[in-house]
Amino acid sequence: MNRYRGFFVLALIIIIAPIIFPDSYFVTVVGVTIALNALVAVGLNLLMGYTGQISLGHAAFFGIGAYSSGLLTTMFSWNPWFALLMGLLVTWLVAEIIARPILRLKGHYLAMATLGFGIIINILMVQPTHITGGPDGLSDIPVLNILGWDIDSDIRWYIVANGALLLGVWLALNLINSRIGLALRAVHGSEVGAQMMGVDIERIKIRIFVVSALFAAFAGSLFAHQQAFISPDSFSFHFSIELVVMVVLGGMASNYGPIFGAAVLTMLPETLVVFEDYEVLILGAIMMGIMIFLPQGLWVGLSQKIKPLFLNKATSSVESVGG
Amino acid sequence: MKRSLKALVAGFALLCSVNVAQAADIKIGTFLAVTGPASFLGDPELKTLQMYVDKINSEGGVIGKKLKLIHYDTGANPKKAVNFAKRLIKKDRVDVIVGASTSGTTMAVIPIVQKAKIPFISMAGSVKIIEPVKKWVFKTPHTDKMAARKIFLDMNKRGIKKVGLISGSGGFGKSGRSQVLALASEYGLTITADESYGKKDTDMTAQLSKIRATNPDAILNFGFGSGPAIVTKNVRQLGIKLPIYQSHGVASKKYIKLAGSAAEGVRLPAASLLVASKLPGSHPQKKVIQAYKSSFEAKHGPVSTFGGHAYDALYLAVEAIKRAGTVNKAKVRDEIEKTKNFLGAGGIFNMSKRDHLGLGLDAFKMLEIKNGDWSIVE
Repeated sequence: MNRYRGFFVLALIIIIAPIIFPDSYFVTVVGVTIALNALVAVGLNLLMGYTGQISLGHAAFFGIGAYSSGLLTTMFSWNPWFALLMGLLVTWLVAEIIARPILRLKGHYLAMATLGFGIIINILMVQPTHITGGPDGLSDIPVLNILGWDIDSDIRWYIVANGALLLGVWLALNLINSRIGLALRAVHGSEVGAQMMGVDIERIKIRIFVVSALFAAFAGSLFAHQQAFISPDSFSFHFSIELVVMVVLGGMASNYGPIFGAAVLTMLPETLVVFEDYEVLILGAIMMGIMIFLPQGLWVGLSQKIKPLFLNKATSSVESVGG
Repeated sequence: MKRSLKALVAGFALLCSVNVAQAADIKIGTFLAVTGPASFLGDPELKTLQMYVDKINSEGGVIGKKLKLIHYDTGANPKKAVNFAKRLIKKDRVDVIVGASTSGTTMAVIPIVQKAKIPFISMAGSVKIIEPVKKWVFKTPHTDKMAARKIFLDMNKRGIKKVGLISGSGGFGKSGRSQVLALASEYGLTITADESYGKKDTDMTAQLSKIRATNPDAILNFGFGSGPAIVTKNVRQLGIKLPIYQSHGVASKKYIKLAGSAAEGVRLPAASLLVASKLPGSHPQKKVIQAYKSSFEAKHGPVSTFGGHAYDALYLAVEAIKRAGTVNKAKVRDEIEKTKNFLGAGGIFNMSKRDHLGLGLDAFKMLEIKNGDWSIVE
């Protein structure tokens, strides 16, 4: 059960937080935003951290999920769960189609292509005003319902969003520890090497791109119902960058790094508001500090420094990176 | 792990304990786009709110209590606006919310304020905010619908029948375009062309040539930022002599500066604030507007109509609290709805159950640009 140790600790933190602070804004409101961001970041990390492919367009998949749910439930009165499934299906198709040509590119070119894709999807949200509502957005998205239980309060959303996050982390853990996971890391290490060992690198890159897009779309659908209103501003290029920063800041190639990154990056602006005009300056300074002193990311860097103090020395650093 | 957990817990506890404000204050919450793409709205709005909250407090406050302004910066991001609205309601426990610079951020928080049953006065333009009427939501700026009507009335007066439309692709331009298309037939006008341009376009001669080919009597442009100034210049560069109409989106001196001599003769609807000194002494708003203008300019430089919307929102709330004699949310809301003959910077407000804006078409003045300055057309 060793590989799930971190998973249980995460679950424990998620369960205990609202019990200690039952009516705290930072737990029940910001906690939901963190969980949804973290879910996307965990998916993106499969692509970035484990497979070594960058995507600057993940806000688009988040947006496709959100707009599928928003449009189908408001215009066609679909059941939100069918709309969510439809969102996943659409995302799957889109990701599958663009992955083939895009993932042939490497490095900066891949970054550029995904960036372009993200911007195109954003324009598609802004332009057809009569369908998407254009820049004014889409309102009156109905409440999500689980077995007759309306998800309409902050604490209920906390449970649903974090439940989804735990599900996502569990899936990611299993994926990484499977044969596919090993193949992914081989691709990250050396594409030629992986190919020599019999890994179909093109296929596996496409698959992981699709999986990571599905993570984003799922979070996007939940986001649409949680906010009850969506507009293109929430899925802009800026959010794609934020997601990448969450992954890098938390620490790539660790399942908990992106969650930590999402938590820090969502929480920091909320807590720094007390500094008013200096907020952005301080945020920038903190980011720079982290990248200078903990270049592997906050989670990986810190856990490497702290773990030996608590665990027996036998735990090798290689394992702590993998955990 | 344990250590970081402890630190986290300690951090939480600290944050939760810091914000225990004095119970006696009347708390006014606001979330504005002070930074980011809409900072030209949020910045004067925040400055106005701060200035007048200080002023009211120095004069003894409202119903014997001091006002306390709690503000957050959304950067025009609706996601942030949602969380800040919840923060104002749940954590800061404000009595009334004024604010939201953009229509996007306003629309995003409407479900929250409706559910929390807290009075909310928005400073954003879109007519969607108050149509259909939402119980707890009010707004102060004129709508694009009113601007379109005002322009069409003036066109009728001048005998213009055919209009070539060009609009920006941003939220403001798009919303204005749909109002223009919906209302034109009501005024017996035909829209001969419907062109658009992007936010960062630097040349609109192609669209304007197309418009010229459709033979309109006038050109109407809905948009803000640098776009309208470029349109104005391009029209004159192409040698088109048709009258140009702009929307209230260009109601700042910057537009005249950017468009230069091409702006001569351009007409647009705008709030009286822009022509404060040219208003006749009998104008009911004159005193309010001049007071606002001089105190803002003494402290922060040239006045814009956007700060005026914040002034109106703040005073609508304050007057309602005064009349209610309490900060009870339901009573304050009822009093805001009962606002009658309130002299604001944007116009004279008369709210009702069916109208949560309360401005008539007379709140707009039709202006013409003459010798690089505004002049009133009536």
